[in-house]
Amino acid sequence: MSGSAIPFRVRLAASGLDGVTLLVIPAMVLILALFVYPFSYGLILSFHPKDGSFLGNYGHFFSDPFLYGTIYTTLALALPVTLLNLVAAVPVAFRIRRMRHQRLITTILVLPITLGTVLVAEGMLNYFGPQGWFIRTLSILGLGSPASIKLVHNYWGVFLSLVITGFPFTFLLTLSYVSGIDVALENAAATLGARSAARFRTIFLPLLAPGLAITFCLSFVQAYSVFPSAVLLGAPAGPTRVISIAAYEAAFEQYDYSLASAIAMVMGAVQLVVVVGVLMSRSLFYRGPAAGAKG
Amino acid sequence: MTLLSAPRAVTVRDVGAKLWVISIWTLLIFFVINLFGIIGAVLTSSFATRWLRSWFPNGLTTNWYVSAWSEFQLGDVLMTTFQVVGAVVVLSGLIGVPAAYAMARREFKGKKLVMLVFLLPLLVPPITYGIPLATVLYQTGFGGSLIGVILANLVPTVPFVILVMIPFIEQIDPRIEAAARVFGAGTFRLFIHVLLPLLTPGILAALLLVLVRTIAMFELTFLTSGPTSQTLVVALYYAVFAAGVRAVQSIDAMAVIYMGLTLIWLVIALRFVNPTQIVTRGKQARA
Repeated sequence: MSGSAIPFRVRLAASGLDGVTLLVIPAMVLILALFVYPFSYGLILSFHPKDGSFLGNYGHFFSDPFLYGTIYTTLALALPVTLLNLVAAVPVAFRIRRMRHQRLITTILVLPITLGTVLVAEGMLNYFGPQGWFIRTLSILGLGSPASIKLVHNYWGVFLSLVITGFPFTFLLTLSYVSGIDVALENAAATLGARSAARFRTIFLPLLAPGLAITFCLSFVQAYSVFPSAVLLGAPAGPTRVISIAAYEAAFEQYDYSLASAIAMVMGAVQLVVVVGVLMSRSLFYRGPAAGAKG
Repeated sequence: MTLLSAPRAVTVRDVGAKLWVISIWTLLIFFVINLFGIIGAVLTSSFATRWLRSWFPNGLTTNWYVSAWSEFQLGDVLMTTFQVVGAVVVLSGLIGVPAAYAMARREFKGKKLVMLVFLLPLLVPPITYGIPLATVLYQTGFGGSLIGVILANLVPTVPFVILVMIPFIEQIDPRIEAAARVFGAGTFRLFIHVLLPLLTPGILAALLLVLVRTIAMFELTFLTSGPTSQTLVVALYYAVFAAGVRAVQSIDAMAVIYMGLTLIWLVIALRFVNPTQIVTRGKQARA
């Protein structure tokens, strides 16, 4: 290396590549090998079905009602649940945000998320079952009889489980967005005489819209990929045969990894369509700082 | 201020506001009651001698824990769970923290793309990428093995550690590192003597969250584990799935053991992190 030329290492360092940057490599290799590669491999594999044709798997998927029907089944569960959770989470988050015992409530609500869907499913089988405490209470209150209400092993079982694990998730996300809004903005509006409904409509909703869009997407994606509770609490052969069940059966019961990959890709694509759709509509709303201006 | 405190007549609007507040609280309390009902039902059933057609069991016993322990080979399952969780926590710390340091301190070409690659495994749900991942693991011979389960669980946890750690690292004054470098410390010694002590609270928080999430991670472990590499949550799933073969109380005893294991770590984790961090991935780390 001649004295006049700038050494290679220095030139690299000037563009941000030095020993420290290399620390990112192990993590990058891991994600490339275990996430990006399997995904790409799955995508390619899905175009090489057992019968050899290029689009065979997708043709099979979209011609068999037992398979393409799962898209509708899953949407029929995930969309109403996500909307319900979001609609319930916003007012609750507004009530909680300035409370002193906020931490107690957030801790209680984080329980179902940490315990996970499998445990919630086992508890629900007992609690919402025909002899469980919930239906017993209902029949004492005269709201129904154990024979007429069925809350497990059907659509409602899965629906309720998605509310129980999904609502806290949606709520905690919403709460973090709501607490990010400067109180000064609300106080200013109140001083100018805006009622709470007007304050919500004109101050909070525009500021919250981007956050709510992201919350909706994350909650929807979670609900859309429901698996354990759809099997344990639903009717996995019929009304709650969601798309993840179809993918699982193809992979681990028929050992058709090609078809399973194709179903996983369809699942990913539907999620992507909904997420992109929601985020696109986000651009119709205000985007910018949610903090009050100084002065 | 005098305007606000002036007395005024109770209006329809005030009544409406009261009703609104009451209905929100009713909704929340109803939710929490049912949540405790679900947990309480599992707990009660695990101690029940016989519990059919009544509000409470006929008698209480701890025998189900003994039988669950042997029926489900819980000793082995717990051993596997600890191995998987321990390995995932250590490895995601070792891989994630240095990567977070590089992401926080250096600007390089393609950094946005790298960030996107780290974000994707947190945005795509596990069951969607779990199926192609399991396919690849089975073809390379790792499927069904302990290593396969650990590898699969690292996919969401390494990016999680990176995202939680970046704001923690950004808080540290770069001049401290510059001073260490002036005195001749290399990157490795800088890490051990300067950064690690400063970052301990952040690393602890991130790894505790990884721990709680990995114990409860069902989908990835379920798709990649074999008979000898099941963690507790997967064993619980199979037990509930095959309900009817075993006594309900026995399954519930196992569920209570799982609950205990998760909640102990949750309680420890909550001493260091805000509950909202469990879902919002370090957004609040700065606060």
